[in-house]
Amino acid sequence: MSFWQRIKPDFWEHHDVAAGLHSHLFNLRRIWLLSIVLIASAAIIPVFFLTVIDYRVTRNAIESENINRTIRLVSNTRRTVSFFITERQYALQFLARDNSLEKIGNQERLDTILENLKDSFGRFTDLEAIDTRGNQIAYSGPYNLEATNYRDQNWFKEVLVHGDYISDIFMGSRMNPHMVIAVTHPENNGNGYILRATVEASQFHEELLQIESGSEEELLITNHEGILQTPSKRFGSIFGEIALEIPKYSESTRVLEATGPDGEALFLGYAYLENTPFILMAARDKSSLMQSWYQARDQIVTYLIGSIAVILIVVLVVATYLVSKIHTADQNRVAALHKVEYINKMASIGRLSAGVAHEINNPLAIINEKTGLMKDLLLQMEESPIRNRIETLADAILQSVNRCSRITRRLLNFARHSEAAFNLIDIGEVIDNVTGFLNKEAEYRDIQIDIDIAPDIPLIKSDRGKLEQIFLNLMNNAFAALEDGGYLNIKARKLSGERLRVLVIDDGCGIPPEDLPRVFEPFFSTRTQQGGTGLGLSITRNLVEEIGGTIDVESQPGEGTRFSITLPFNPDIAKNETDTSAPG
Amino acid sequence: MSTKVLLVDDEKDFLEVLGERMKIRGMDVSTAATATEALSLTEDQSFDAIVLDLMMPEMDGLEVLQNIKAKNPELQVILLTGHGSIEKGVEAMRLGAMDFVEKPADLESLTEKIKKAQARKMILVERKAEEEVRNIIISKGW
Repeated sequence: MSFWQRIKPDFWEHHDVAAGLHSHLFNLRRIWLLSIVLIASAAIIPVFFLTVIDYRVTRNAIESENINRTIRLVSNTRRTVSFFITERQYALQFLARDNSLEKIGNQERLDTILENLKDSFGRFTDLEAIDTRGNQIAYSGPYNLEATNYRDQNWFKEVLVHGDYISDIFMGSRMNPHMVIAVTHPENNGNGYILRATVEASQFHEELLQIESGSEEELLITNHEGILQTPSKRFGSIFGEIALEIPKYSESTRVLEATGPDGEALFLGYAYLENTPFILMAARDKSSLMQSWYQARDQIVTYLIGSIAVILIVVLVVATYLVSKIHTADQNRVAALHKVEYINKMASIGRLSAGVAHEINNPLAIINEKTGLMKDLLLQMEESPIRNRIETLADAILQSVNRCSRITRRLLNFARHSEAAFNLIDIGEVIDNVTGFLNKEAEYRDIQIDIDIAPDIPLIKSDRGKLEQIFLNLMNNAFAALEDGGYLNIKARKLSGERLRVLVIDDGCGIPPEDLPRVFEPFFSTRTQQGGTGLGLSITRNLVEEIGGTIDVESQPGEGTRFSITLPFNPDIAKNETDTSAPG
Repeated sequence: MSTKVLLVDDEKDFLEVLGERMKIRGMDVSTAATATEALSLTEDQSFDAIVLDLMMPEMDGLEVLQNIKAKNPELQVILLTGHGSIEKGVEAMRLGAMDFVEKPADLESLTEKIKKAQARKMILVERKAEEEVRNIIISKGW
């Protein structure tokens, strides 16, 4: 038996044995399917929409949180970097204002200033004073750069125009990334000069490294042309060109989505540092930042699939259960209708046969008496061959009358079914009555009937009509299963505990094992084509239960079938016993 | 003294034939085709046994039985019926019938039952007579 066969509900293969008058009200498979689809969609659609909304809300929330975090990171870093630069710029401005041209031209003084700057601010490499024509006035520092003229250089022109200047970071001849900050001494009487300091730029990289919080984010600085001003793990070494489109100028911090050199998706936060040629950038790996989002997404999807599965299972189970109930109720309804119809039919047959038997009985009595009188009169006649002949004929008539009266008596017994009442009954007599009914067919089909009633069986309290019906049904069944020339054995035995067992054993075709558990179900019939309703055994079982008994069946295909009925001697006592034993 | 029997049945043919057969067997047979006839006969005469059909058109056998028993309780009634129903039989016995014979009846068994009925009636009558004698003895006090 396949798995499907085992879980298949009863109604699935349901088909009408009684199409027509008592046809079933429902198309059960359609009801089942419809209820599943309706309930499931009513439950799943809201869940689905909620999940979609939740999905979008969560994604947006996580995305905007990441953007905000990037903005915060860039803003904070910008403040730090700007502070670093402006701090030094203002220090130089202060020095330029504080020292006149003469003072600054003094080598000793310049050395002291540089020394102080290094001590208090750090990172200053050298300090140089230049007059407005571009000639070096004094130099303090480790490199021998004395007597250089800067007049034609761009930065010099710029510092004269703007009053200050901050250079890109460059390597220059110092073999160390550095930047130049220059300020003017604002005197117009020809005593003005320019103070130019070189600042080590490795400081930026260190500061940025300190701020970076994880491997997935990187802070870096480029100039406006996209040349890297700090070394970058992602975008290459210092002074290389960054593999990104330079984002356009904005006063505030911005975040945009970009693609990294390896094609990875990035959140790129950037800010233009004011009054410097630098752009501060924060590249954050989108995939790792969205990790929490992926987790949330997986949870949402799992939740959705889980709830849909649970809903489907519940809907499936509930729908199957309910439709099975409908099926059972419907089956019971049809069975009840059939039973009522059957009982009505039997009652009509009963009334009809009672009427017929009665009408026939009176003329039979007259024939009986008249023939008897004939015999009486004959006795008064002298002995003669004719008298003997007539006497034999009269005896033959009396015999036929006797036969007729047996038939009418049986008909009357059969008709008494509806009057249900418990009486003391001889089970052997009941069985004889019923077999008498079938004798003709048995003779005609050459079926041998053996009846074996144990002599120690007492009279039992039971319903004669029901017993007759039970045995009639079982014997009819056996006759249907028997071949011509078959053998039917009926045995009655006393059991312990005030019970008796009647066995109806035939050697007919038997019942296949797979059908065996269902033979007592209503509408189960293998003879539907030959006019069986599938109700005979079901009614038989009902009748047996009504008189307090049980019925069982054993069968071997090809060898025969054995129905065994167990009856209590007194159903009232038996019932009371089972009632009182139940609560214990 | 021959046995005095009353046959009551609505089927005249049956009634006559059965009566004749019983007469042949030496019984004194009266017949009644209706219930009223039977009731009037029982008022006029005494019978050893009454054979009564249970199913009659104007009055049911059970009713006739009740009437007869009400007037003359020592009358012995044998019910005769085509309806072999035990329930009716039980009812009839309860109402005081002596026995119950199914139609078509075997005359031999019917005769036997009539004899029994006669015997029973004799006992009853004797007992009654005895009682009367005793009553007389007690009341007169010779």
